[in-house]
Parts: sequence; structure tokens; C-alpha cells
Amino acid sequence: MKKLLREVIFSIVVLFSCVNAKAAEKEHNNNNEEEFNSVEMIMHHISDAHDFHFFDYTDEAGVKHAVSLPLPIILFTDNGLTCFMSCAFHHNDDGTYVVSKNGENFVKYHEKIYQLNEGASSLEFDEHHHPLNAVKPIDISITKNVFSMLLSVVLLLSLFGAAGRSARKNPGAPKGILAFLEPIVVFIREDIIIPNVGEKKHKKYIPYLVTVFFFIFFNNLLGLIPSGANLTGNIAVTLVLSVFTLLITNFSANKDYWKHIFLPPVPKALYPIMVPIEIIGILTKPFALMIRLFANITAGHIIILSLISLIFVFKSIFIAPVSVGFVLFMYTLELLVALLQAYIFTLLSALFIGQAIQEHH
Amino acid sequence: MDFGAFAAIGAGLAAIGAGIGIGNIGRSAMEAIARQPEATSKIQTNMIIAAALIEGVALFAVVVALMK
Repeated sequence: MKKLLREVIFSIVVLFSCVNAKAAEKEHNNNNEEEFNSVEMIMHHISDAHDFHFFDYTDEAGVKHAVSLPLPIILFTDNGLTCFMSCAFHHNDDGTYVVSKNGENFVKYHEKIYQLNEGASSLEFDEHHHPLNAVKPIDISITKNVFSMLLSVVLLLSLFGAAGRSARKNPGAPKGILAFLEPIVVFIREDIIIPNVGEKKHKKYIPYLVTVFFFIFFNNLLGLIPSGANLTGNIAVTLVLSVFTLLITNFSANKDYWKHIFLPPVPKALYPIMVPIEIIGILTKPFALMIRLFANITAGHIIILSLISLIFVFKSIFIAPVSVGFVLFMYTLELLVALLQAYIFTLLSALFIGQAIQEHH
Repeated sequence: MDFGAFAAIGAGLAAIGAGIGIGNIGRSAMEAIARQPEATSKIQTNMIIAAALIEGVALFAVVVALMK
């Protein structure tokens, strides 16, 4: 265990030194400091990136260095697969630093990778912001969000694997990690799933609902770690989660559910209005799930970052205590929201599934 | 024309609406719990569902304001 820890620390140090040795050498003028743009800073923090950026510092010579953890870039171009570490771009994000690999030239612009055409030396855009001299290759990089998701999967598998082994070995009272997880799982089953899905058919839906609860909860918490990825505040991730709920709801629906949609218990004259509304209703429920999780987590991050920005907007150290106090308050509130949103997503998923499978008398 | 100010006003109006809505739910839930303390857990669950639904509508407005 100690050896493993030492190896992990060693590899992190090696990764850092890779960055520092090649640190970005931006022209930095101390007399004319660039204007602080809070919107740009916030958008940079809540969106996906190709590296974990921790902080910048300026050395005595006035050269700006960035300290970050690079992540692999995996591209699929016409010539096949191309892989390299994101530190090859030297923290350039304006599409001016060109990386040549396999005879192809790549630039990074606003965390998107572009492949330059023959003879081009930097990225150019037309007035509609379409690249003039580059194309976007298929990008399947391990970005910040992907890394964070894989980390949460490893965490979930190791925690629940250990809990499962402990339950099998020790049939008595739960011990260790199981004693921590079992009350939560029992709470989800007794207070969320059974009352909403119904006693008779609830067993089939426990695995999905418990998984989705812990996945959202863990990723919400990982997103709150400073410089962590904002995974559940990414609309693509919440879209996939809500599509799961949509598919499970509609594939397990019974004939009463479909009858309610296509032959609702209203006068026949209202069918042209009611049937389209009911069909749209199938999609709006998961759509609301998607927006709710995305907007809650993103809004939380934006509020925290805006409060921090206040210090730099007012350019005064006396704002700092007020700002930090409010940030602390928001952070504790976000811890509650992290749990609450996981609870709400699971609860509403259970409710939708329950509505689809309940039998009318 | 700068629409940023309108977006801020829109987000504020959404917050007022959601505030009134969730406030009403909270009041009713409190009254219900005071009358029937034994039904506390059931009332709380339904209160959270209703609050989440209202909050969802308010967040639609926030997302639209963000996209301005």
C-alpha cells in the first residue's frame, strides 16, 4: 500500500515536471495588466477542457507559467488515429501554436482541436465563426469530464465491490464500508422506489435507480472539488441520464399507459388537441429532468465563481472577506444541493416509471 | 443593442415567480405538518417533489437568460 502510494505521488510529480519544463512562455507585461473578464473566466471554469488547470504564476523574468495536469488527446483523422498529450500545445488556446503529428498540423482554439489545411500556419475564421483553413477531426480525447467520469466509475466500483464482498462474507450486522452504504441503499429502496413504483414490481428497477443516485451524487461532489470537472453540469451527460429514464419508462409501460396517451378519457372532439399534448408529454418529463440537473449544478458553480470574481472586479482586498464568507455559505449549500439533486432525479425517475406501470382498477 | 440587462431582468422575474411558488408550498406543508405530525415524512416527500417541479420551470428561465 505504501509502495503504491509512493508510485502514485512519483507519477504525479513526473507529470507536473513535464508541464513546468515546457511551460507556456507568454508575453506578459506587468505595467499594462489585461482587463479581468469575469464572464470569460466563469465560462472557462464550467466548460470542458483538455487539461486540469490549477494556477498560473509569473517568475522574476516576467514569464507566465501555467501549472496543470495534461490529459491525452485522441483524434481520428483521415490518416487514422493520432494520440499525444495536451501539454504539447504549451497552454496555447488561441489557435496559433501548431502541433505536428503524423504529418498533420493541429491547433487548439477555445478547447476545441482543429486540423489545419496544407500550408496554413494559424487558425482563421469567417464572419459566421466557421474555420476558413481548418477542419475539426473526430475528437475522442480523455478530457477533464471524461477523466472525472472514469474516476467516479472506479470509485463506485471499488466502494460497492468492497461493500458487496463484505455483505457476502459477513451475514450478520453490516461492518465497515457496508455499514455506511447500506442505510443509504435501504433509504432509496424504502422511501423512494417502493412508494412510487409499487411493492409488486419494484425489484426490477432497484439496480438502475440506485446506480443513477450514486452516479449523480458522486459526480456532484467531485465537481465541487476546486479545479475538478463540472460533469453533472454538462448537458450531454444529463441528456444521456434522462434518455435512460425515458427508455426504461416507455419500454416497461403497460397498456393502460399507452391507452391514456392515444385514447384519453375525454370527449372524442378533443382528441386532436389531447393526443399531441400527451405525446409531447412523454418527452417533456425527461427533458425537465435533464434541464433541472444541468441548470442546478451549473448555476451553483456560476454563483460561487461570480462571488470570487467580485474581488477582482472591485480590485480591492477589503471585498475578499465578504466574498469568501458568501462563497463558504454557497459551498455548504451546494453540498446539500449535490445530495438533493441526486435524490430528486432518482425520485422523479421512480415516479415516471411508477406512472407507466401502475394498473388502473 | 445589449440584451444583457433584459436577461438579468428575466432571471429576476423567474426568481420572484419561483420564490412565491415554493413559499406557498412551504407554508402549506408547515400547516399540514402542524395538523398531522404523524404524516411528516409523507408531506415532506411531496413537498420536495412539488418544489422541484417549480424550480425546474424557474431554471428553464435561467437557462434561456444565460443563452440570451
